[in-house]
Amino acid sequence: MNLTTKDYEEMNKKASPNTKSYMTIPCAFIIGGIICTIGQALVNLYMYCGMQQEQASTVASVSLVFLSALLTGLKIYDNIAKVGGAGTLVPITGFANAVVAPALEFKSEGLILGLGAKMFIIAGPVIVYGVTASAIYGVILCLFNLV
Amino acid sequence: MEMFIDYLKAFVIGGLFCAIGQILIDYTKLTPARILVSYVVAGVILGALGVYKPLVDFAGAGATVPLTGFGYLLSKGVKEAVLNHGLLGAITGGMTATAAGITAAIVFGFITALIFKPGDKA
Repeated sequence: MNLTTKDYEEMNKKASPNTKSYMTIPCAFIIGGIICTIGQALVNLYMYCGMQQEQASTVASVSLVFLSALLTGLKIYDNIAKVGGAGTLVPITGFANAVVAPALEFKSEGLILGLGAKMFIIAGPVIVYGVTASAIYGVILCLFNLV
Repeated sequence: MEMFIDYLKAFVIGGLFCAIGQILIDYTKLTPARILVSYVVAGVILGALGVYKPLVDFAGAGATVPLTGFGYLLSKGVKEAVLNHGLLGAITGGMTATAAGITAAIVFGFITALIFKPGDKA
């Protein structure tokens, strides 16, 4: 079968299930909103226990990461993600999921180059670009005496 | 009542960040990995421009829980470190501020991956 790239794209379009944006976008909004509300509830809880705002926010993030890792291990997070789409990707729980899911999947390839390496398959680029951008920002601050 | 409004703000702003992510997934060819990277870098830039802090003050976890909040934390850490340590701060600030989140993800991720069995791919 001779196929041009264009033909292939059309076939691909036909074969892929239609994403219904009038469903996916509100779902992402609601699920993402709920995750952030849980985050806010944790912040309030920790502040009620006597933590400062900043510390409470950090501990809340750590708690969300823990919950997400646990739910990913129990295969619950992926099921939420089927409904939530970007609502489960964009919050920090999505970052944790992106660490745990490949680590778990590639465990069979060994503890070092399987689990240990593959856990950074998505988190790696996120850290690389985030940290580099922040370092550039720091150099700009120094160069132009902005602080 | 005040607490309810806090939750509502976190819900709406956090939800909006996710809705934008979903629009990017539906209407562009951006993969989830690219979206996460874009969000973090956008957070660094918005934090550097001073736009993100007012949003954090307004929406709390609605702005800190999405990955843009992670980027904001990076820029905030760098700014504070440069203030205290000069150019060295440009190198130490970002990771210092985000150490808790990154270490938590690595350690919890490692332990979870050790304990649980890989599932069937649906």
